[in-house]
Amino acid sequence: MSEPRPDELIRKMEHKSPQKGWMDTPVNIRKGMYCYASNPKSVEYLGLPNARAWNPLDVDWKLPPDWKEIIHKGFRERLDKFRSFKIFMDVCVRCGACADKCHFFIGTGDPKNMPVLRAELLRSIYRNDFTVAGKIFGKLAGAREMTIDVLKEWWYYLFQCTECRRCSVFCPYGIDTAEITIMGRELLNLLGLNIDWIATPVANCYRTGNHLGIQPHAYKDMIDFFIEDIEEVTGVKVDPSFNQKGADILFITPSGDVFADPGTYTAMGYLILFHYLKEMGLNVTWSTYASEGGNFGFFTSHETMKRLNKKMYAEAKRLGVKWILGGECGHMWRVVNQYMDTMNGPADFLEVPVSPITGTRFENAKSTKMVHIAEFMADLIKHKKLNLDPSRNDHLKVTYHDSCNPARGMGMLEEPRYVMKNVCNNFYEMPPNTIREQTFCCGSGSGLNAGENMEQRMAGGFPRANAVKHVHEKYGVNMLSCVCAVDRAALPPLMDYWVPEVGVCGLTELVANALVVPGEAERTTDLRGEELQVKEEEDKNV
Amino acid sequence: MNINYLASLIAVIVLFLLAYVGVEAAGLRYFFGVLLPYLAVIIFIVGFVKKIVGWAKTPVPFPIPTTCGQQETLSWIKPAKIDNPTTGFGVFVRMLLEILFFRSLFRNTKMELREGDKLSYEWEKWLWLFALAFHYSFLTVLLRHLRFFLEPVPGCVKFLESMDGFLQIGLPGIMISGILLLAALLFLLLRRIFIPQIRYISLASDYFPLFLIMGIAITGILMRYFIRVDIAGIKELTIGLVTFHPIIPDGIGGLFYVHLFFVSVFIAYFPFSKLMHAGGIFMSPTRNLTTNTRATRHINPWNYDVKVHTYEEYEDEFREKMIGAGLPVEKES
Amino acid sequence: MFNKKLVIAGLIIFVGIITFPFWFNQAKVIAPPEVKLTERAKEAKECVLPDKLKMRGEHMQLLDVWRGTVVREGNRKYVGTNGKEYEMSLSNTCLDCHSNKADFCDKCHEYASVDPYCWDCHIDNPKETK
Repeated sequence: MSEPRPDELIRKMEHKSPQKGWMDTPVNIRKGMYCYASNPKSVEYLGLPNARAWNPLDVDWKLPPDWKEIIHKGFRERLDKFRSFKIFMDVCVRCGACADKCHFFIGTGDPKNMPVLRAELLRSIYRNDFTVAGKIFGKLAGAREMTIDVLKEWWYYLFQCTECRRCSVFCPYGIDTAEITIMGRELLNLLGLNIDWIATPVANCYRTGNHLGIQPHAYKDMIDFFIEDIEEVTGVKVDPSFNQKGADILFITPSGDVFADPGTYTAMGYLILFHYLKEMGLNVTWSTYASEGGNFGFFTSHETMKRLNKKMYAEAKRLGVKWILGGECGHMWRVVNQYMDTMNGPADFLEVPVSPITGTRFENAKSTKMVHIAEFMADLIKHKKLNLDPSRNDHLKVTYHDSCNPARGMGMLEEPRYVMKNVCNNFYEMPPNTIREQTFCCGSGSGLNAGENMEQRMAGGFPRANAVKHVHEKYGVNMLSCVCAVDRAALPPLMDYWVPEVGVCGLTELVANALVVPGEAERTTDLRGEELQVKEEEDKNV
Repeated sequence: MNINYLASLIAVIVLFLLAYVGVEAAGLRYFFGVLLPYLAVIIFIVGFVKKIVGWAKTPVPFPIPTTCGQQETLSWIKPAKIDNPTTGFGVFVRMLLEILFFRSLFRNTKMELREGDKLSYEWEKWLWLFALAFHYSFLTVLLRHLRFFLEPVPGCVKFLESMDGFLQIGLPGIMISGILLLAALLFLLLRRIFIPQIRYISLASDYFPLFLIMGIAITGILMRYFIRVDIAGIKELTIGLVTFHPIIPDGIGGLFYVHLFFVSVFIAYFPFSKLMHAGGIFMSPTRNLTTNTRATRHINPWNYDVKVHTYEEYEDEFREKMIGAGLPVEKES
Repeated sequence: MFNKKLVIAGLIIFVGIITFPFWFNQAKVIAPPEVKLTERAKEAKECVLPDKLKMRGEHMQLLDVWRGTVVREGNRKYVGTNGKEYEMSLSNTCLDCHSNKADFCDKCHEYASVDPYCWDCHIDNPKETK
């Protein structure tokens, strides 16, 4: 059965609460709303516990006999390790301000997708196992015992959260559901209850250096294809370097952009930009070992995140570069901005990043030593180092989707906008409650952009799509730009579903379209091979 | 009927009867007037401190502030110094606004699906407004009560009282804080009962404090305006408590003991309940950390080494393919 | 990261504020105000309300009723529960007997921190003229 039509999906969003209390409503694991269980081979490759084939629809999940004890101990351990978890278990007053902030609640109407209830799924067990009030008053204090049904409920709903942190912006105590989901997923992973869309990319990344399992020679092959495509469009032959010792800068970007459209155009954008800057003194290298910016380990456990992230600094050290430049990616930047230095630092073998072109010292990255490509480009444009012809993007009416993590785990809001406004003439913002720190998730983040959970993804992406639809109808917007590789994979089907005729692109793709490269042939198409708009002024000038 | 609010209401009624019958019929004045209040205060302080120390003993391993504005990067881009604070001062202001004015709640919006398929988000100020009204009126009421615990009564307490009663309606004059407190409580209760979503997420432990504080407010208001009690006698009792010379004066009615009992239950219940959000807000890691996370290294005290797939292992597996593709390698074979 | 110092400082401040009434009064024995009766009051033995405790708790309401009755209805006659008749007048009845305002009214009012506005008009027992 295929997923429901848009109008059918909207009709499902009733936002009604059942008569029966949520504790008495058992979970109903529904096709289209969940991702397949992890492949045991992937779990085994990483050495994570309880690798076996299992199916979420089966009654028996093949758990270890002492699973309750494992969960209890794991819970205790995390309460003692993370103050966030402990406080967020204790202080929620259930005011409900978070409820309609969640894209999954808006899109599905399922009350257990209210962030407060998602957290209560864990809190109820916390109260039962660890608090006096819960032990004395039981259900009245919101406590319940751990059962297999509760565990299934955890699994179902913790993989219906994209850790986007939108609710945490509105919570009067800053309770962050991402934090709850992260802990919950760690607990589930203790029993081997991951989804395959996360487990296999993680295993791939561990082995080949990237989520997609692209081996080094294939990685180079794929970039070689881009080099040909770029020559076709621009007439310029770019010449990137790989694993090159002695380069000044290591460039790391998500592998998704090397792999599939429309991310590939962003990857081509990087190549063109670096080629342009080469003459001006940029010496950058790509790595096949650290060939992944993203980190699906983040969606598995803190430990797995650290294991994958370690490659970035290790490779920078091996190659002897001065600093690291990071490509467009969402959760990658949450990890880089808030975890990397703590986990795998200090990066004392690197230097404080300085742009070789403008001389700008990136003081904001002086410890982590990693700069975002949008920050890097904004600085270049501000110093007028890029020769740009924004009219080459005139066939596009562009809006910008703030990706969750760069917005709420970093605060990178102005840099991409500044770049955007310099490389295209038609830029329109979506409504204020749907952008910047209040941005809506694509609905497929945190490892949920699989194929089997399309209904879940389309429902979760509804608020984002709805805002795009608004500017599409009002201004004729036909291009949704973003700085996240998961977005570039997840938004195209979302647009096809809700707002056909709107494409998806990366920021650097737009920059490369506009960038006038010395020695290039006159461009008649953009990087996608689409005809450019004929310049009106030139017609008039005749 | 909803078991959650019914159970809470019944609990508060039972508490009322316990104290009233206990004093009026069984004459347990010393128990309700002296022993329980002392016990409650001890439980409150010890419980509160233990809870905070419990939180504090758990480290903040990673800097995870929620950034709600522009980061500080390039010198010519204006950073949001409060919503994305890179300095201790910025965090201080952010926390101050959060604690004193409930800033995050102020952002609250209400989602609606209009014309079939258009999502809209409207600013929703009522929860913020009544939450603020509730907390500030409760605080005012609390501070006014200092007149029962301090001798001589400081001028600021008298001033607060005169401000609170500036309307000079009725005799004794109406205190705005008391009326506001009750109104705000009623709002908070009714939204839990009548908004389906909120009712769905509400536990008995959400209704209980509301009913209990209502009980405190109502018994207080009754004593002030309707069922007269001997204020001077009550102060004798309360001053006796805080000077550790407890005394039970004659002629104080059961209603006062109910009031005092409710308060005792409230403060003893405090550390074990969601009311600890009062302490939690100060320690919430998504709000009280600086966001200069790439400029300053945050230390994780339990950071441990993990198993990684090293470059050497990687090259060993793919060396031939790498050489074949012309990629540089460390070892040629 | 623990922020130990901040947490401890915060806790000390918190406990300090919570226990403020305890150390403000320094565990002194604070005697309740002793109300002094004038000779005339002693002689009269009972007041307009014979129950002393009731008088302490409810005199303000009685005065409020008196004020209403006198100003709105022009009626100055009050029959007490003991059957005796009194003139409804703060100055002429109450303060006539209890002429020692400082030792009688003020002591309790100050103790309980009440600030009645009776004396905004009725300054120190001036005899009302009929």
